[in-house]
Amino acid sequence: MNRRTLLTFGAAVSGVVALTLFIGWWQVDGPGAPEPVAQRPLPLTQMEFQMTNQDGATVGPASLIGNPSMVFFGFTYCPDVCPTTLSDISGWLDDLGDEVADLNVVFITVDPERDTVDAMADYISYFHPAIQGWSGTLDTTARAAAGFRARYEKVATEGGDYAMNHTASVFLFDAEGQFSGTIDYHEQREFAVPKIRRVLTMEEETS
Amino acid sequence: MKSTAYIAIAFSLLIGLPASAVADSGDIVVEDAWARASIGTNRPGAAYMILRNTGSDPVTLVGLETPLAMMPDIHETTTDLNGVSSMGPVGEITILPGESVSLEPGGMHAMLMRLQTKMVEGETFPLTLNFADGGTLNVDVPILGIAARGPEG
Repeated sequence: MNRRTLLTFGAAVSGVVALTLFIGWWQVDGPGAPEPVAQRPLPLTQMEFQMTNQDGATVGPASLIGNPSMVFFGFTYCPDVCPTTLSDISGWLDDLGDEVADLNVVFITVDPERDTVDAMADYISYFHPAIQGWSGTLDTTARAAAGFRARYEKVATEGGDYAMNHTASVFLFDAEGQFSGTIDYHEQREFAVPKIRRVLTMEEETS
Repeated sequence: MKSTAYIAIAFSLLIGLPASAVADSGDIVVEDAWARASIGTNRPGAAYMILRNTGSDPVTLVGLETPLAMMPDIHETTTDLNGVSSMGPVGEITILPGESVSLEPGGMHAMLMRLQTKMVEGETFPLTLNFADGGTLNVDVPILGIAARGPEG
């Protein structure tokens, strides 16, 4: 092999290496990277929206700071996921007993057109008394969902009605409003309860 | 060789035909039926149960009827990778011999649209299951509390 062939060969090899690295970057970090599956919610302190709770009081993310929080989205015309989530949560809260005295538990409706303040008050009265029901306007609902990186969408059903597709995860925040994790829809009690207990003890450590 | 194959086919037809011609929905057993009470009649209700096929042939559930709701239908909740839940009709459900299909929270459910009367805790309502073979099965579904998590409440 003469020197010239060796140089050409070396150039080709480094070219291939560079190309491979470039393709790798493109697919993993570059423009070709897959969309992140789910983004983390903002800290509660960086969210801005106003809603009305079941008692008619004006509430927002700032109302939650100071105590750990558990927040989830849904709508009361939902026959399966929402009552299941609300009864699962009621069961977790029953398990935790007095430990949850300071926990904010908030159900935010993604269907404020049907879920008025009265409708929310009526609906949540059937579940654990710690659960609050917040409803806003179409605009504040969109702003709240954006802060939590939650999604929802109105879909027509048979007979001219509609249902809402929505993020069914439960979001956990510590007393300072930092996001600390999610509980997935229908997560087993033995996994869910320790996650809640963790944000409760985080509060004790920081206070 | 060919004639052996014909004999085999003829034999399997002879055995197979009478079995599949008989209505088999009578082999379906319903267990643990329950529903949640409703608030008024505006919101759709949901009912759950286990359908067990005790027979030797597949049975297909094609529809539901109940005086309680004008539009009862089997729906399924699905949750995608982003944690977004949605719900839609599933059409027919085939229950294989010896197998069972569960209608349970977070999965399939009898969606009761257009309630005619309020679903009151402690009462029951009749639900008719219609099968592809023309057979029907009447189930009395107990109505539990709104916060019920399963057939035991």
